[in-house]
Amino acid sequence: MLVEMEVKSVTLQMYEDLDRALKKPLRERHWGMVIDTRKCVGCNACAVACKIENKLPPGVVYNVVIDEEFGTYPNVARRFISRPCLQCQNPPCVPVCPVNATYKRPDGIVVMDYDTCIGCRYCISACPYGARSFDFGNFYTVGQTPEVMPWDVMPSFEYGEEQQRDPRNPWRSPIGNVRKCHFCLHRLEKGMLPACVTTCIGQAYIFGDLNDPESLVAQLAASPRAIRLKEELGAEPSVYYLL
Amino acid sequence: MGKRALVIGIIGLLLLLAGLPGLVNRLTHGHLYAGYSTPVPWALWVVLYVYFSGISAGAFLISSMVYVFGMRQFERIGRLALFTALVCLLTALLFIGLDLGHSQRFFLLFTRPSFTSPMVWIVWLYTVYFFLLLAEIWFVMRPSFVRGGEGKGFKAGLYRFLTFGVRDLSPRAMERDRKIVRILGTIGVPLAIAFSGSVGTAFAVTVARAYWHTGLLPIMFLVSALASGGALLTTIVAFVLPNGLGEHREEVIGLGRLLVLLLFVYFLMEIAEILVSLYETVPAHFIPIHDQLFGPNWWIFWILGMGMALVGPMLILTFLGRRSALWTGIAGLLATIGFIGIRWNIVLPGFAVEELPGISKSFFEPHWTYGLYIPSAMEWGVTLFSVGVGVLILALGFGLLPLRAEEAPA
Repeated sequence: MLVEMEVKSVTLQMYEDLDRALKKPLRERHWGMVIDTRKCVGCNACAVACKIENKLPPGVVYNVVIDEEFGTYPNVARRFISRPCLQCQNPPCVPVCPVNATYKRPDGIVVMDYDTCIGCRYCISACPYGARSFDFGNFYTVGQTPEVMPWDVMPSFEYGEEQQRDPRNPWRSPIGNVRKCHFCLHRLEKGMLPACVTTCIGQAYIFGDLNDPESLVAQLAASPRAIRLKEELGAEPSVYYLL
Repeated sequence: MGKRALVIGIIGLLLLLAGLPGLVNRLTHGHLYAGYSTPVPWALWVVLYVYFSGISAGAFLISSMVYVFGMRQFERIGRLALFTALVCLLTALLFIGLDLGHSQRFFLLFTRPSFTSPMVWIVWLYTVYFFLLLAEIWFVMRPSFVRGGEGKGFKAGLYRFLTFGVRDLSPRAMERDRKIVRILGTIGVPLAIAFSGSVGTAFAVTVARAYWHTGLLPIMFLVSALASGGALLTTIVAFVLPNGLGEHREEVIGLGRLLVLLLFVYFLMEIAEILVSLYETVPAHFIPIHDQLFGPNWWIFWILGMGMALVGPMLILTFLGRRSALWTGIAGLLATIGFIGIRWNIVLPGFAVEELPGISKSFFEPHWTYGLYIPSAMEWGVTLFSVGVGVLILALGFGLLPLRAEEAPA
């Protein structure tokens, strides 16, 4: 007997999940990700898309594809772990902040308040996943090449505000701040998936509302293949990996 | 003491000027030319902040032996201890202030503090401690201000101003001052213990860094604060005070006896930490210790830490320092320098292990250097400047303030 199955595109389902989640009150959402390591080819598209979306300067890294090599030649293997901020539900970086500049939103995203951060870098020391960067004020072309490229001095729109870095003023945020991945909050609020999710060529990134049992992300997170990094620390990351 | 103060002042000024380009660079370019990076976010300045704030707490606690516990043996160096505590606190705050990404926002620590952060406890405790220190110094020095204000000249005028109009030197007033000093000192003791412990706590609460995440660390901070404070004080009394080795022989030797005990306790803790960690199979525990002992910076552990700060001074104090103020002073000087190495090896090895395996070799960006940290020229500049400011304030104190009590109120 032939069983008819509806096969839906992963992207389409993620957008449906996203729409459903956005109709709920903020505190009932729990944004999360599942990253399928078997689908990751290590192309770094997510890391590049993140850099472009958030206009990240040199030295500020939100998303990184960790490239591990095992064994000795000729018996070698590689493993890729794409790591955005894991948006911990018990984030070690938050309680150490002396001025409440970093905090967890009701929907589970750990955000930064650029105008409050004093740049003490305590959160960087406290993050077990290396997910935070300090903005030292580097530029790609300003002071480096004769011609300044327009994209180098463009503002980003993180947190829905124009974030303009000023090469002449190191005292102006976000230079001198700690910065981190925020699941492209400014995109989510407009009903768009995070840049890394949209761009992933193998659809290794699955994004959605972990509180919604119908969502793809919640179903995959419940898989026995799903693990979280450094689970033993009790940080409760919202990002799962499928092994 | 005028000539000596002038020499110290010139040294301070030279340090300050030598470091000025670094400071200008820091102020105009922010942290752009820093040697520290995101994987090593706390470096030389944090090391020196921890070092100087520790000395401040240590020197204060030693002063409390005079003003709280009534140990008359150290009475003549009580004021010096208090003033050293103040100078080192200011130097420490200069270091940590310049270390902030947005130093201009420091007031947020008072206006929107998060009390779950040990950093806030430290800052609030420092603030109370700073005012308490000022008050205690004033009460201790007031009789000298009153007497010194009687003559003519700049210093007398300054002293007249510093009395703030309180010129009463009657036995009743002196008795009242003595009581106030004792109360201030008594409040100060738990305060100094709390803030030096809190600095340790700030490191110890980071679950992410197994090297720091131990209950012993806050206690080690307290002991090393006392030891380094004692060491610097010994050095100053022996070599900076005029004829310190002769006139203050007893204080120097007394401080040496205290120092050897403190160094020994710290040595035990250090050994305990190392032995336990060397048996670990968990890389995050094992690597920071292993790197300290056998890594490229082995000399910081063996020469500065073990040699100059701990074992060397302990041997000198045990075998030569019991009768010789000179050797005690040398031991103090060695330990004072050596403790910078001990502080370095508390902060930096915390960053020796990559957070996730492989991350250090996965991408290459500026200010994202895992592994060996080398301070940049800008960092050294700011360091010389900040130390220069400290030395200059110390010289001003030597030149202008009655740091040596002719007859102390306590």
